[in-house]
Amino acid sequence: MSGLYGRLSIAGKQAVWAWAFLALPVLFYVVIRFWPTADSFLISFYSWNLLGTPRFVGLDNYVRMWSDPTFWLVFRNTFEYLIIGTPVSIVVAFVIAYYLDQVRFAHGLIRALYFIPFMTTAVAMAWVWRWFYQPVPIGVFNNLLSELDLPTQPFLRSTEQALPSVLAPAIWAGLGFQVVIFLAGLRAIPESYYEAARIDGAGKWMILRRITIPLLRPTVVFLVVISSIGFLRIFDQVFNMTDGSGGPLNSTKPLVLYIYETAFQSYQMGYAAAQTVVLFTILLLITLLQLWLLRSK
Amino acid sequence: MLRRFGRAMAAAAVGIAVAWGGSASAQQKVTIEYWQYFFQQRVTAVDKLIAEFKKQNPDIEVVHNHFPYADYRTKVAAAIPAGQGPDVVQLFYGWLDDYIREKLIQPLPAAQFPIAEMEQRYFPIVQAMKRDGQYYAVPTAVRSLALFWNKRLYREAGLDPEKPPQTLDEMVEHAKKIVKRDRNGNVTTAGMTIDMTAQDHHWIREVLIRQFGGAPYSADSRKVTYDSDAGRKALQFYVDLQRVHQVGTNGFMDESQAAFRAGRAGIHLDGSFRLGALQNQRGLEWGVTELPAQDGKRSNFASYWVNAVTSKATGPKAEAAAKFLQFMVSDAAMQLWLAETGELPAAKAAALSPANLAHPLYGPFIRGLDYAAATEFVNETAQRQILIDAVDRVLLKNQSVADSVKEAAAAEQKLLDDHHRK
Repeated sequence: MSGLYGRLSIAGKQAVWAWAFLALPVLFYVVIRFWPTADSFLISFYSWNLLGTPRFVGLDNYVRMWSDPTFWLVFRNTFEYLIIGTPVSIVVAFVIAYYLDQVRFAHGLIRALYFIPFMTTAVAMAWVWRWFYQPVPIGVFNNLLSELDLPTQPFLRSTEQALPSVLAPAIWAGLGFQVVIFLAGLRAIPESYYEAARIDGAGKWMILRRITIPLLRPTVVFLVVISSIGFLRIFDQVFNMTDGSGGPLNSTKPLVLYIYETAFQSYQMGYAAAQTVVLFTILLLITLLQLWLLRSK
Repeated sequence: MLRRFGRAMAAAAVGIAVAWGGSASAQQKVTIEYWQYFFQQRVTAVDKLIAEFKKQNPDIEVVHNHFPYADYRTKVAAAIPAGQGPDVVQLFYGWLDDYIREKLIQPLPAAQFPIAEMEQRYFPIVQAMKRDGQYYAVPTAVRSLALFWNKRLYREAGLDPEKPPQTLDEMVEHAKKIVKRDRNGNVTTAGMTIDMTAQDHHWIREVLIRQFGGAPYSADSRKVTYDSDAGRKALQFYVDLQRVHQVGTNGFMDESQAAFRAGRAGIHLDGSFRLGALQNQRGLEWGVTELPAQDGKRSNFASYWVNAVTSKATGPKAEAAAKFLQFMVSDAAMQLWLAETGELPAAKAAALSPANLAHPLYGPFIRGLDYAAATEFVNETAQRQILIDAVDRVLLKNQSVADSVKEAAAAEQKLLDDHHRK
């Protein structure tokens, strides 16, 4: 026995040990992640209510999805979260990081204050914001508006305002993380570039446009991808701020919530799996896009 | 492969629970498992019942398992087909159809549950548990609706705090006197709560539609019949509470029960399960009465939790399970259930005792059972959402009541058709 192991080179022995330690996480990922993922592709071709025997239905679930107006509404909502959420959060985070980088006084404290929401449970935060948005007499925002004799707003009780209202705390929660990443990116730009630019007479705006932003490109790409995936998978905030319904009238319902409802309230596992496949494909494309963008430079 | 995987996962999920139960049982003893979802008062009640049952049947061990409500249905659904999990299981009556169709529960043994006696012993709801002449489940506890009113707000509005509304018109009239607003017109105290996400969708469906002379569904529950004059009148009445009478706003103080508990709502419709929370509310002066009538007609909504024997129980386990189930639905057990959980007995004799009928808190709910209907839901969440959306379309999108009712009825009919076609 020791003969076989003993005959291995040092590199070989290292490989054996590496695999020995990796075995557990690999097994875990195969059983908990990859297998169910593969299975959900299979289930998407079946009609199954979780209780009985799955029945093969071919592409029926996909055909149904194509003609399901709720699916398309939910699809649109999901991209609305993404298209509003990502740019707004990136720009706000960059502005905060850019100025925070120049602040020396209480820098650590301010940075910590931005980071705290990121560490808070999404559920707790969603409930606090849900109460902020309530009408008079318990909602903070509306109480303030009412005190100032301004018209109160329906926020979560409006089909137009609900989605941005749900999105705001999601952006706010992710801000801390993005600011910290931006700060690291800013610090990584060598000071000598700035000095050289200043000697050449470049102004602040010019430095920002020609040096800071181009050199932050990898940081921005990373953050865009991470936050895009985050917004595409938005669930906790919506679920907790809208009583789990994605209402009013589905105006805030994202794809993940629709999948959850289809699977665990209507028990249509096949249809839910088909939607999951669509979400999986979108996320995969975005990840591939990221790899391609990062490689091109 | 799908099926095998499902079984493997389910087996893993309940394996621990079974191993636990197995090691606890002594030899020769029959061990059966009882499952319900977690609700503190119910868990206490079942623990007490099991202790009593064991005294009478020392040779039967009952293992009591409970899960959070959110996971309950999924866990039960995964466990039974895998041959694991409960022998006696508590189910919402709306789920029965699926369970019977998939043969997850078995017909009740006629020895302990004679078919002829079932209809005499229980409220008419028991019909919903019958398939092809056989009963598959027994109701243990019932919930019905009633009207709660805040006596202090009644006094402040110059109303008699001991005279709650008896008709819909009186209710609106009282609510209009109670409602308070700030200088900008925002409601600060609601005359009555308007909250579709709580019990109001049941109120519209089984109470208002019937009171306005219609029926929500056909007799066999296969057809939606509220796209009618009665259905339109019911929805009109409901949205007018906010739009015309302005006695409150949908979603006031986030949850209607919170508004009522905080003393910020004069009238609130809720279920018997709310009694416990209200009794512990200090400083709140309240009373409870039957739902208001319309043109002398009363109606109510009742929902049931039932107990059934699963197909997993065979041989001695099936016998033990039947014995335990019989014990769970005895009059004494139901009275204990009422005291512990505030849920009403499903057996007529236990419910309609003079003491229960005259009880200031339980009385209105129990009297309501006499004229209550139970919706045969195929998907309660989805059916609830359809009515929530019907109200929202009118209140938020200014859709006409007639169009909104029509749209809701069509959506619900499709849901029913899809379910029954399977």
